[in-house]
Amino acid sequence: MDKLHVKLQVNGKPVEALVEPRLLLIHFLREELGLTGPHIGCETSHCGACTVDIGGRSVKSCTVFTAQANGAEITTIEGIEGADGGLHALQEMFREHHGLQCGFCTPGMITRAWRLLEENPDPSEAEIRQGMAGNLCRCTGYQNIVKAIRAAADARQAQQEAAE
Amino acid sequence: MTEQSPVDLDRAEKLQGLGCRRKRVEDARFTQGKGNYVDDMKLKGMLFGDFVRSPYAHARVKSIDAEAAKALPGVVAVLTADDLRPLNLHWMPTLAGDKQMVLADGKVLYQGQEVAFVIAENRYIAADAVDLVEVEYEALPVVTDPFKALADDAPVLREDIADQKEGAHGPRRHPNHIFTWEQGDKAATEAVLAGAEVVAEEMIYYHRTHPCPLETCGCVASMDKVNGKLTLWGTFQAPHAVRTVASLISGIAEHNIRVVSPDIGGGFGNKVGVYPGYICAVVASIVTGVPVKWVEDRMDNLMTTAFARDYWMQGKIAATKDGRITGLWCHVTADHGGFDACADPTKFPAGFFNICTGSYDIPTAWLAVDGVYTNKAPGGVAYRCSFRVTEASYFIERMVDILAIKLGMDPVELRLKNFIRKDQFPYQSALGWEYDSGDYHTAMEKALAAVDYAGLRREQAERLDAFKRGETRKLIGIGVSFFTEIVGAGPVKNCDILGLGMFDSCEIRIHPTGSAIARLGTISQGQGHATTFAQILASEIGIPADAITVEEGDTDTAPYGLGTYGSRSTPVAGAATAMAGRKIRAKAQMIAAYLLEVHDDDIEWDIDRFVVKGAPERFKTMTEIAFAAYNQAIPGLEPGLEAVSYYDPPNMTYPFGAYVCVMEIDVDTGETEIRRFYALDDCGTRINPMIIEGQVHGGLTEALAIAMGQEIAYDENGNVMTATLMDFFMPTAVETPTWETDHTVTPSPHHPIGAKGVGESPNVGGVSAFSNAVNDAFRPFGLTHAQMPHDHWRIWRTAQQLGLHG
Repeated sequence: MDKLHVKLQVNGKPVEALVEPRLLLIHFLREELGLTGPHIGCETSHCGACTVDIGGRSVKSCTVFTAQANGAEITTIEGIEGADGGLHALQEMFREHHGLQCGFCTPGMITRAWRLLEENPDPSEAEIRQGMAGNLCRCTGYQNIVKAIRAAADARQAQQEAAE
Repeated sequence: MTEQSPVDLDRAEKLQGLGCRRKRVEDARFTQGKGNYVDDMKLKGMLFGDFVRSPYAHARVKSIDAEAAKALPGVVAVLTADDLRPLNLHWMPTLAGDKQMVLADGKVLYQGQEVAFVIAENRYIAADAVDLVEVEYEALPVVTDPFKALADDAPVLREDIADQKEGAHGPRRHPNHIFTWEQGDKAATEAVLAGAEVVAEEMIYYHRTHPCPLETCGCVASMDKVNGKLTLWGTFQAPHAVRTVASLISGIAEHNIRVVSPDIGGGFGNKVGVYPGYICAVVASIVTGVPVKWVEDRMDNLMTTAFARDYWMQGKIAATKDGRITGLWCHVTADHGGFDACADPTKFPAGFFNICTGSYDIPTAWLAVDGVYTNKAPGGVAYRCSFRVTEASYFIERMVDILAIKLGMDPVELRLKNFIRKDQFPYQSALGWEYDSGDYHTAMEKALAAVDYAGLRREQAERLDAFKRGETRKLIGIGVSFFTEIVGAGPVKNCDILGLGMFDSCEIRIHPTGSAIARLGTISQGQGHATTFAQILASEIGIPADAITVEEGDTDTAPYGLGTYGSRSTPVAGAATAMAGRKIRAKAQMIAAYLLEVHDDDIEWDIDRFVVKGAPERFKTMTEIAFAAYNQAIPGLEPGLEAVSYYDPPNMTYPFGAYVCVMEIDVDTGETEIRRFYALDDCGTRINPMIIEGQVHGGLTEALAIAMGQEIAYDENGNVMTATLMDFFMPTAVETPTWETDHTVTPSPHHPIGAKGVGESPNVGGVSAFSNAVNDAFRPFGLTHAQMPHDHWRIWRTAQQLGLHG
């Protein structure tokens, strides 16, 4: 089958490529663009290790064709950073609160949490747990992930208050 | 002990040594997506391998036609057993002394078994080619029930060894029988049972499940034909053992094989064994001359690489009328699947299941385990536990609860009455272990006070009354478990895998400017070794943890060790680290004495320096000593400051803990809610409390999954019913409760720093706590034992059978 021409923005940079129609976005990101932060854990959109942000929504890139993302703005873990270009509050708080162990789910977790905090800057514990239910972790039991996300929300609020 | 001045405390704190909540050094790269897992690897010209797998659980392979697949553009080769036969690699040895087909050799024994290996330019073409390989099967009768497998007229699964009367672990009495492993005194135990005032009996099934790490298994093999060196990167929990096994079965000299475990996305036992994918990737790289990657998908992982549990445990427990346990009898029918690929120390075909007398002083016991072949995937690994210890712990913790029902006693009272007392340690168990240390009564009583056990029981009784009055449809279950683990395999005198003694190792190099690198024979899969082993060293050698690099997983650089599983890293490699540190300190003492112009005996160690006794203003810091080791010619001493320790542990370690689960159960829907879970762990000396708590949270969540629904289920035709995460239960943040952690500290007397290991305790203790809670809720209605997993449907069915639905 003929290859398709796609143009998209990935982590703020324009990307143009010819892709097979069946090429999954996760493989395009990992194997063509070398963005190996998002991982493959299940291929059935249950585990969330492949989570990326497409146009303001958290999406499991293992069940999206690259061609479907044509024209989209995509953010992966590699594109998440703090306002000063350093670590994002989520990245800092995951470390601070021991929100990761083997690290395999972490890029998807943080990418999802990043969108969650955009959607709801002041989430309750229950809202965090519900909002993160699409991302599985086998190591942490989620407790410290929830803590880290709540702490990141606090840190962001403090930053904004300081800026005002 | 002299009190430390604030200055000394400050010096000690700066080291970030033992006991501090040091933040993890691993996290910076993981949180930024800069980990390096095996599927992240991309080498020049790399090909991709994928398997043609059997749709049948038991069938003869009549023919394999790969012509259409080979004709597909982008396909490089298709390997079958016939291609591997000349290399004698169509079968491979298992860790349990059996052998396993690498590719189907005439027949298949479980659904998903590897039949052919397709090598293509990318994973998409490989998948296309897999579909084009035509395999003709002749279906054979399927046996998925281990009891039926031992029937006289059962189909013979392993025709290759059908006539062998002797297996790797003694006599075989049936073509589908693998071994019988017996411990303890059968006659004495049966005599105790015959004369006992009370005997409780139950068949307890610990269902088949799977470790299911979020990263599946995989590897990249690269044979460099110019220098003859094979490099194998992979998800290996035991890279050094993989190198030795690879050398033995391939004939490639061991120095020409380099095995590397990069970052590993969780293991939980799944990544201990050697799988056909590794062998095929190696052969494919040798054949093609380029690197070949093989990475499982999730269905491959759940269907074919190492399962866990699947133990049918028949138990009898004897006691006096007032609740003193007098004997324990246990017979296990162990379903091993099509090949015996258990990952256990060689002399322990049922692992350390003989820890099944648990935390109790049981004078007489007998245990026998019969291993059986069925048409299921091979494995039998320790899923976040030491070898078969969760099975053993689940068995005894259920049996004690069942005995409590029979005696009309509270299960906690029965436990307290039978615990091994503090003054009995070291304790010789009836089934052959020497427990190193414990203080069970203190731990249990601390747990009871923390949860207000008496208050909980009152509330439960009130709820029961309300239920009977028709005011509520929810019951409360209180599950208590008290586990004793056995970890840290193990003493070389009785612990080996394929003849490799289960010691472990650490090599330390101190750099001239006073920083260091330590390399170990273990490999982290999320445990945070780079963080915690540096803490052990910081306390031993006075160099800040931040100035110590910890490296593992590359067999070309790390000292030999048996890897990370069975909570053995801290008990064994952690001990090696402390011992290597002490060797460094011993040499540093001689250097310091020379520099201070005093006798070795006239100086003493103080946090990060040697000081002259009685003259604390005269000292040499470790930094000064390190530099001197490289720039001074010291009479009688070699330059440099390095040490290596290979540590052969004198005994296992025996972590323990008291867990309490409070569960709400909706009788009409079978839904459950964990209202409270309190976990007290005693893992001896605590290296990093933050990491310990994280391990407990994770282990409890895995235990929750296993107890409440996670299983590998088969239908009668051997079809795997739970092959994706749609059907295989993995709790999300919503189902997972908040865990309460607590601890006592009873150091191991034989470990250099007193540490026992903790990573697997929560799984071992957790499963019984959940299961006991479910069973406890229905105790007033006459339930003795309901089998796991306790999913909503099964709980609903229990309620139905007890007549609770009106």
